[in-house]
Amino acid sequence: MSHSGYRGKSLEFLTKNKIEIGDLVKVKTDSAYSGILMPRYEHSDDEHIVLKLKNGYNIGLQIEKITQIEIELHSSVKKENITQPQIDPKLPKILLISTGGTIASKIDYRTGGVYPALTAAELNASVPELSEIANIDTEVLFSEYSENLLPEHWVKIAEKLDSYSRSEYKGIIVAHGTDTMQYTAAALSFSLAGFPKPVALVGSQRSSDRPSSDAALNLISAARFLVKIDTNGIFVVMHNSISDDDIACHWGTRVRKNHTSKRNAFQTIGGSPAFIVKKDTIEKDPLFSPLKKTYNPKINFDSQVMLVKYYPGLDPKVIDYAIDSGYKAIIFEGTGLGHVGKVMYEPIIRAKRKGLFIGMTSQCIDGIVRMTVYDSGRDLMNLGVVPLGNMIPETALVKSMWALGNTKDINEMEKIMQENIAFEISD
Amino acid sequence: MIKPEVSDIQMDKIGLRVGLEVHQQLATGTKLFCNCSSIESTEYPLKFVRRLRIARSELGEFDPSALFESSKQKTILYYANPESSCLVEQDEEPPHDLSPGSKETALIMASALKTNIFNEIYVMRKLVIDGSNTSGFQRTMLIGLGGSLEVDGKNIGVQSICLEEDAAKLLNDSVDFREYTLDRLGVPLVEIALEPVSGTPEEIKKIALTLGRLLRATKRVQRGLGSIRQDVNVSIEGGGIVEVKGVQKLDQLEKVVEYEAKRQHGLKIIADKLKGLDTERIAKERDVKDVTEAFRNCKSKTIQKALADGAVVKAIKVRNFSGIFGFEPYSGIRLGKQLGELVRFFGLGGVFHSDELPNYGIEEAEIQQVKKILESQQNDGFLILAGDPKKLDIVIESIIKRIEDAKVGVPAETRVATMTGETVYLRPRPGASRMYPETDIPPITVTNNELEEAKKKIPRSWEESILELQKQYELNSQLALQIFDSEYLDLFESICKDKRISPNFVSSVLSGTITNLERRGLDSKLLKNSDISKAFEFLAEGKIAKESLEIIFESMMNKTASSIEDAIQKNAISAVEDSDLNNILDELVLSNTKIIEQQGLRSIGPLMGLAMKNLRGKVDGQKINQLLEAKIKSRIDTSSKGG
Repeated sequence: MSHSGYRGKSLEFLTKNKIEIGDLVKVKTDSAYSGILMPRYEHSDDEHIVLKLKNGYNIGLQIEKITQIEIELHSSVKKENITQPQIDPKLPKILLISTGGTIASKIDYRTGGVYPALTAAELNASVPELSEIANIDTEVLFSEYSENLLPEHWVKIAEKLDSYSRSEYKGIIVAHGTDTMQYTAAALSFSLAGFPKPVALVGSQRSSDRPSSDAALNLISAARFLVKIDTNGIFVVMHNSISDDDIACHWGTRVRKNHTSKRNAFQTIGGSPAFIVKKDTIEKDPLFSPLKKTYNPKINFDSQVMLVKYYPGLDPKVIDYAIDSGYKAIIFEGTGLGHVGKVMYEPIIRAKRKGLFIGMTSQCIDGIVRMTVYDSGRDLMNLGVVPLGNMIPETALVKSMWALGNTKDINEMEKIMQENIAFEISD
Repeated sequence: MIKPEVSDIQMDKIGLRVGLEVHQQLATGTKLFCNCSSIESTEYPLKFVRRLRIARSELGEFDPSALFESSKQKTILYYANPESSCLVEQDEEPPHDLSPGSKETALIMASALKTNIFNEIYVMRKLVIDGSNTSGFQRTMLIGLGGSLEVDGKNIGVQSICLEEDAAKLLNDSVDFREYTLDRLGVPLVEIALEPVSGTPEEIKKIALTLGRLLRATKRVQRGLGSIRQDVNVSIEGGGIVEVKGVQKLDQLEKVVEYEAKRQHGLKIIADKLKGLDTERIAKERDVKDVTEAFRNCKSKTIQKALADGAVVKAIKVRNFSGIFGFEPYSGIRLGKQLGELVRFFGLGGVFHSDELPNYGIEEAEIQQVKKILESQQNDGFLILAGDPKKLDIVIESIIKRIEDAKVGVPAETRVATMTGETVYLRPRPGASRMYPETDIPPITVTNNELEEAKKKIPRSWEESILELQKQYELNSQLALQIFDSEYLDLFESICKDKRISPNFVSSVLSGTITNLERRGLDSKLLKNSDISKAFEFLAEGKIAKESLEIIFESMMNKTASSIEDAIQKNAISAVEDSDLNNILDELVLSNTKIIEQQGLRSIGPLMGLAMKNLRGKVDGQKINQLLEAKIKSRIDTSSKGG
């Protein structure tokens, strides 16, 4: 951390002059500058050092042009004064598990760094409203950008949640990056179907260090939801519009991220969000009813499933590769009502002979797969492709990983895929 | 209008120093971090709502300016039009790459000012949570430091040049909401801060004018009201630096500097007066009391209304301050007035002070009650304020601080310029600790090549630009000057592309006629550039006469017409056909034979008067004159020949 981001020539320069990040230095080049040495972006060159001037701006100075540099003041680590939140015995308890995706952060203006706020005290400093809704315990499970998550992370999260299934927490928040939040939501929905407490996955589209971040309202609404509503299930809690007003609680197997950056990127496909947290009330979608299931966790995933989006020109060899590499299932994101081109028939036949499960979803995302309507669909069903109703492709992928994780029997797997475990199929 | 009473000599004696900060909007075709056009919209089909949250400073202290804002807890309403804003302005998408045109323009300006340009530029986030930036911060980058501007032979130092985004435009600020439109958000701005100088308000104005001319000479800047804004940092010896924002016109700048010099020196005089007195800091538990009951039946409408809204009334005792609140070292400058501005910021109607009472419906009986409750001594002063109990605490804290500051003299603060050249309190000066890197944008490199190119494009000096205008359009120097300094230069050049119209005439209409109409109080904003172009087009096509332009513009500016065509119709000034003109003039001659007989050719005078009454604006005056003269001559000839 003392030379974060510096490498090569710039690192040499700093070590030679015994300068560390945070030191106040005086630099002479074509002009004289006084400022604090700042960290450097990872992919920048090694020819510059970065200073934060007294006026607050950062500037880059070419090392070659520096004729003199001296330290005016060594960096001192300032002890942060954070107050612990007040515990209100009348309020219910909620657990917040962090997996990454900074849902709350703090800015060190001196260095310009943004740090995640992970402890209960730091969280309280960032979102003080939470302490009026519930007493929040925090736990850091891991800290990963969600695009780096693997099925083994789903297992970790599920096992951690399972360990609290009989706790006194009214509900559990899982702070998660938005990129793969829907995958995790699906994974938890299947492996923990019937979990006795509501679980809210919360993220933010605009990083939590900015005043405009959607993080705080998402968090606050998730807490209000968990405290007030008596339901179970895995929900994704994010903005319902681009305004800071209504927050949607999407059912975990029917939610998808449909925009790269908008606050309301997450949408319930083919329906309305299960709940909407409004300013003073929480409204339930009339078509939603809680999942009635005995809790019997099955936390296993087999990642040997391939999700294949069909497009004109897709090389059928992709399927051969899957077969030869030991994949156990292929989920197609077909076109329209659930079709793939004729060119895929042969590899599909091969796959079926080798005992792979082949399921069909649609790249239209919304709408049902109905393969009885056209020849193509009928041909494919005849070949053994299983239509998966209106299951979202990503959800179907996760479900097959989960199904395969819990059975080696392909027929059993097929049955599970067609069974409605956690409302992933709307009948 | 306040008549300034501080003369030039006194300016010098009080150690007046003024630092100019100019914000110039660029006209590079797109916004700074997206491809939107920087046009002004008139409708806003999209509307959404946000609440900005305050971020804590690392030192554990809140940024005072941000805290001030957050204490008002308003909901922000944003209005947008896709023609002038996109998801970036809505804070729904990360910024796109820095606009190359804006980068180049900033480099050209920095080169012209001989600034040291950095070869790695970092975009920073500057915290702004009043709602004028949807993300809660303004993106700003330091292009370079240092440099100089030559003004009347003197070298005025340049402190810094920044390239940044303009803020959203405030539409309305009410009790619970603040409304902004997003068309202006993201428009590129170059901010040039000059070194503080000591000088007269007039000299300061000349500096601002010179800098403005240099920027306009690049031909890459927006024109029109609001496209260039001045902030002035004014200080006197021993006083804090006061930032005055939002000066839009140069005349206003001069008045603002004068007013601030007077206000600040006045505050110093008040501080000196306080030095001789024993004034302990106000202690809330001892000196602030609830006096709501004493004012239950008060005749003051302000207080009655506040009470009806559930307010409480509090009184603050200020030791030995009797006579201080109302003391006026200069006309209009009073500590009481400063406190009034401060509380209005929090949404309170005002604050009453002991020196102005009894008045405003507050009577002697109530005053005595207050004094009793406060246990006031004879020389003590007091303040009375009414408001929401939750808000009042913050307000009282601010008042206590402001009174402490009054003992020192001039507190550093941020004020805003009024239309008449005065200043009003806006907010505390922001602390330095509210900038951090904009990590969505990697550092921007400035290559040697780019610097060379920028140097080549440094504009000609203002004098050279004027000479060029004169040459290109055959304008006299006065017209060239006027049109160059006006907001209509671009429009002038585009109209003059039509060779049928005389540039002299166009220039005199744009910088003369329209200005005159403005001086009469009419609104030039109602006359769009497209309207002006259209009017000149009609003129070139012979559809209207020269004289009618003023009539048309007047109708647009006083709202009697909504379009050029409408104005022409309403004023019945469509050009008259030659055949009709002949008939009209023939008739005129026939019905005035007596005058013609009596005065001969001199009858052209009165007859022109009659003719113009009906034909003004519809036909070129010269043409009427020529035709009429010919007809009169012919009449004289015929009658002299007899018959």
